[in-house]
Amino acid sequence: MTNWRLRAGRWSIRLTLRQGAAYNFTSLTLLQRIIVSQVLAQTQSAESISELASQALAELDAVPDADSAEQWRVAWLGRRGQITGILRSIPQLEPELRREVGTAANQARNLLDEALSRRIRELAEAELAARGALDVTLPGRPVVTGRLHPTTQIVREVCAAFMAMGFSVVEGPEVELDHYNFEMLNIPAGHPARDMWNSLWVDYVNEDGQQPMLLRTHTSPMQARVMESQEPPVRVVVPGKCYRYEATDATHEWHFYQIEGLAVAEGITFADLKGTLYEFARRVFGADRQIRFRCDYFPFVEPGVDMSISNFVDPATGRRPINRDEDWIEIMGAGMVHPRVLEGVGYDPQRYTGFAFGMGPERIGMLKYGIDDIRHFYRNDVRFLRQF
Amino acid sequence: MLIPFSWLSQYVDITLPADELAHRLTMGGIEVGDVFTRGGWEGCVVGYVRATRPHPNADTLTLCEVDPGDGPPVEVVCGAPNVASGQKICFARPGVTLLNMHTGRREELKPATIRGVVSEGMICSEAELEISEEHEGIIVLPDDAEVGTPLDDVLGDTFLELELTPNRGDCLSMLGVAREIGALTGQQVRVPDVSYRESGTAASELARVSIADPDLCLRYTASVVTGISIGPSPHWLQDRLIRAGLRPINNVVDVTNYVMLEFNQPLHAFDLDTVTDRHVVVRRAADGEKFTTLDDVERTLTADNLLIADPTQAIGIGGVMGGANSEITASTTNLLLESATFHNLNNRRTATELNLRTEASQRFEKGLRPELAPIALRRATQLILETAGGEAAAGIIDVFPDGDKAVASVPLTVQRLRQVLGMDLDIGRAESVLNSLGIATKRTGSDSLEAEPPYWRSDIAIEEDLIEEVIRIIGYDEVPTTMLSSPIPYHRGDAMTTLKDRLRDALVAAGMQETISYPLVGPDELAKLGNGYDEGESLLRVANPMSAEQDVLRPTLAASILNTLAYNRGHNDGGFRLFELGRAFIPQSDGLPKEREVAAGVMCGPRYDANWLNDTEVLDFFDLSGTLATALNRMGIDADFSSADHAMFHPGRCANVAIAGEQDAAIGLIGELHPDVAAAFDLDAEPVIYFELRLDDLLAAQLGDEFAASRFQSLSRFPAANRDLALVVAADVPASRVRQLIERVRLVERAELFDVYEGENVPEGTRSLAFRIRFRAGDRTLTAEDVNRAVNGLTRALEREVGATVRG
Repeated sequence: MTNWRLRAGRWSIRLTLRQGAAYNFTSLTLLQRIIVSQVLAQTQSAESISELASQALAELDAVPDADSAEQWRVAWLGRRGQITGILRSIPQLEPELRREVGTAANQARNLLDEALSRRIRELAEAELAARGALDVTLPGRPVVTGRLHPTTQIVREVCAAFMAMGFSVVEGPEVELDHYNFEMLNIPAGHPARDMWNSLWVDYVNEDGQQPMLLRTHTSPMQARVMESQEPPVRVVVPGKCYRYEATDATHEWHFYQIEGLAVAEGITFADLKGTLYEFARRVFGADRQIRFRCDYFPFVEPGVDMSISNFVDPATGRRPINRDEDWIEIMGAGMVHPRVLEGVGYDPQRYTGFAFGMGPERIGMLKYGIDDIRHFYRNDVRFLRQF
Repeated sequence: MLIPFSWLSQYVDITLPADELAHRLTMGGIEVGDVFTRGGWEGCVVGYVRATRPHPNADTLTLCEVDPGDGPPVEVVCGAPNVASGQKICFARPGVTLLNMHTGRREELKPATIRGVVSEGMICSEAELEISEEHEGIIVLPDDAEVGTPLDDVLGDTFLELELTPNRGDCLSMLGVAREIGALTGQQVRVPDVSYRESGTAASELARVSIADPDLCLRYTASVVTGISIGPSPHWLQDRLIRAGLRPINNVVDVTNYVMLEFNQPLHAFDLDTVTDRHVVVRRAADGEKFTTLDDVERTLTADNLLIADPTQAIGIGGVMGGANSEITASTTNLLLESATFHNLNNRRTATELNLRTEASQRFEKGLRPELAPIALRRATQLILETAGGEAAAGIIDVFPDGDKAVASVPLTVQRLRQVLGMDLDIGRAESVLNSLGIATKRTGSDSLEAEPPYWRSDIAIEEDLIEEVIRIIGYDEVPTTMLSSPIPYHRGDAMTTLKDRLRDALVAAGMQETISYPLVGPDELAKLGNGYDEGESLLRVANPMSAEQDVLRPTLAASILNTLAYNRGHNDGGFRLFELGRAFIPQSDGLPKEREVAAGVMCGPRYDANWLNDTEVLDFFDLSGTLATALNRMGIDADFSSADHAMFHPGRCANVAIAGEQDAAIGLIGELHPDVAAAFDLDAEPVIYFELRLDDLLAAQLGDEFAASRFQSLSRFPAANRDLALVVAADVPASRVRQLIERVRLVERAELFDVYEGENVPEGTRSLAFRIRFRAGDRTLTAEDVNRAVNGLTRALEREVGATVRG
């Protein structure tokens, strides 16, 4: 116990202090604080500062929330806080004390600064934790999404492959004239090749007693319509609905889509047909696909072929790209445009050559996605549609 | 077409395994649908029934002493009624594996005791050897079968099942296929000799042929054979026909069928003594003429049908079917054998009209060459002499009106090969391929030749046909792979195609699922819609519908999509948001119908699947109108809905859809289905909301709009000021009208309706519409005074236009 006579400016007070003790400054008046700081500063040593810091850290640990932490900061590190007071009083100390007290006080300040930051973070985290956790496994708020019909998706994918090679997409009428559906394609009335396309005829008889309209059996009639409407060069793909008088089963539909393609210009060859369809096959079925052609017959092409894509077992996986036990899978018919078709639209078949091809997007979809029954496509069960 | 190797190999050596051969044929255009073998009966041999005696304990069983050829005779119990001593039979020893008729499985044959007698083997029926289902009797082999020969050598065979394209009718014959194989495998083809011993009398003295209609009968050849005996064919002939899938009848008919399968030329035999004046007249039928064909059906003909007749009556329909009146019978002794060439399209038409697609007409319709007729005739005459005896008259009758016309040869040049295939092919190589197919060639230059289509090919007429012949045999793998190098045509983007794609994407983005349905509907389905939707237009029907539910080309998508919805409600839970883009068909007085592109959509059911957020409301009008407006907005179109009346919809819950600013020109309809209509489609549990847009109208409106160029509006740097304003208006003032009036006021950027209130504190017959209005200027920050002035102007305008008052 020591009695001190202090001078602080003009004021002087007498205090009885216990050396080294910590005082709760918050209970003191401003004047008292200043005086006590002065007193304390003059009585500090490295040991006493260290004790003060320990006391401050203990208080900080007990701080319950961010507001209290701020009060603590004001009390210890604020402009008039205890540690700040010690630092301020250093110039008035005996020169031999300044160094020791100064170093100790600076260390204490840094220590408390860090502790405060840490404590604030702890408190913030504790506060977030206290808000309560979500059951993150609850289903999210519903958002309704739609999808394109798988046929639309495949038609787009196929058309995009050909558009990248300079083809335009055109459409045509679904109710067609015999003239375009057959005659202009080198399939005259009564020709046995008509058996390849069993037709649904429209109940309409013209003045000549003929029934000239039918639901188109392929999108090939657009070959003649496009060529009639323009001069070469021609490059088009024609997606659209087609119809055949046919019993339905897992691989046959009476209503289906076809994508027809046509390229006519000077100098187009079968080799170009191979290149074009090879590029298509790679884009739609993958880069490592091979293609193969075999002779086939369509009256509007000569030579006529059928194209298959390879489906070999991958030695790495032991599986085939398409889930069918065949090395080659037929994808489409194709060939060089028959000279009679070119003549029919007024193109000179000696000057112009071209190729045509036609494929069924449903079949391509069935192969790509392993769909086992074509009837799924137009039954429109959303359990099917939502898979694509 | 079924091709047994046992028969085929008479004409060409088969040097490849069957699967490899089938592959080569398929790659060359003769598609082999199936390859199958008959045989594999190891341990079965030709046996000889030395003697039979009755089974002591069973009336229906016979004990047979069978000589198996390589050991002592064995005793076999046989239940077949046709077993007899002296027969060569198929004998199966114990230990062989055969089909057990009782279990239906292949099992090892064991010695069995049958009614007290041990049977040391079995005499087989076709069923046990899996040749056919036949198990009533045992197979009786020809007498010349050598005892002890393995059965595989006698009955075994390999078959190709061909799936031919219509241009390759020549491969409906063994020789046609043999020629194809010869070319593919480098083997010589052996064509049978067709000569026979001719008697003194000339055929033309014994019968006469006249062609009255040479446009329909290009050539008619006939031979005459007298003094024949009708009876069963020899075993080898019957066996071949059976293996090829035909039923033996008698020696003469079997020979005509055999030669048809061999050379592809259908033939017909007439009993010469039934032909009046022995004079065959080939003529058109009279309209309404009646004729009874071999199958005992009386048919009514027209002048488009070609008849084979005598001076008094018809005796056959040319190239389709013979007549009952001139049929070969057991007592026939004199024959007129016909081998003719009929016009292919007329033949096909007659066969189709009469529903008589016979083996003959299937060959004639594909076009046979007249040169084939006499060759096949001679072959058939030769075989009839061999199998039925008799004497053949000297020479043949040959009526061939255009016989002096030379067959056109077809040119082929290296230049054209290159132009079509994109590869350089030596003319010599092309020539040797053509020659291997039996196509004779003549060089016309160092790089060109002329080819003679052979008599069995009717499908080679132009240079491209020859090019195909060359490359299909060489194989398409040899053609190089190149990219198109011709100029890329100007890209013709089709506006409607583009619009449809954008609309699909917009509807999908707004939560709708695309569907695609059949455009054929039943009249009953349309009737369910009420009389409102076909707009008084007549319907376009299918002449040959597959069913009564699919015979009208739909004038609206409504019935289709409501059926799709009903199907899904029957199979799945949850709410449905479905749409379809398709065509509606509107008949025109002349020519093709108008095909109107239409978008239709439907919503029904809970807004969301059952969820823990307790959002359980059902989809209503505003779900669909909001979705549609959002989708159209995404396409740059502001939709406007105005109240409408339509029989298909709930009264007061239907709107015309128009493009904002063009309310007079509706592009579609939207509404809640009338409960009666919904019920007709079994959709009455919850409200069904439907829309239909006419895309041609949408496209026209969009094309006419210059919005694209003026679409961009610069963004103001200055802040907006919001004010909420509740307006009381008469209940029948459309909310959209109020909103339009607000948005027309200067400085108003946007007005959003956020509350609609009717009831207490609002006068009867009125309602309160509360808008959040956003004000903004492009050049300055608005002051409170600016906004106040704008609000005042706005309320004055609303009062003037729709009698609105600001609510307290």
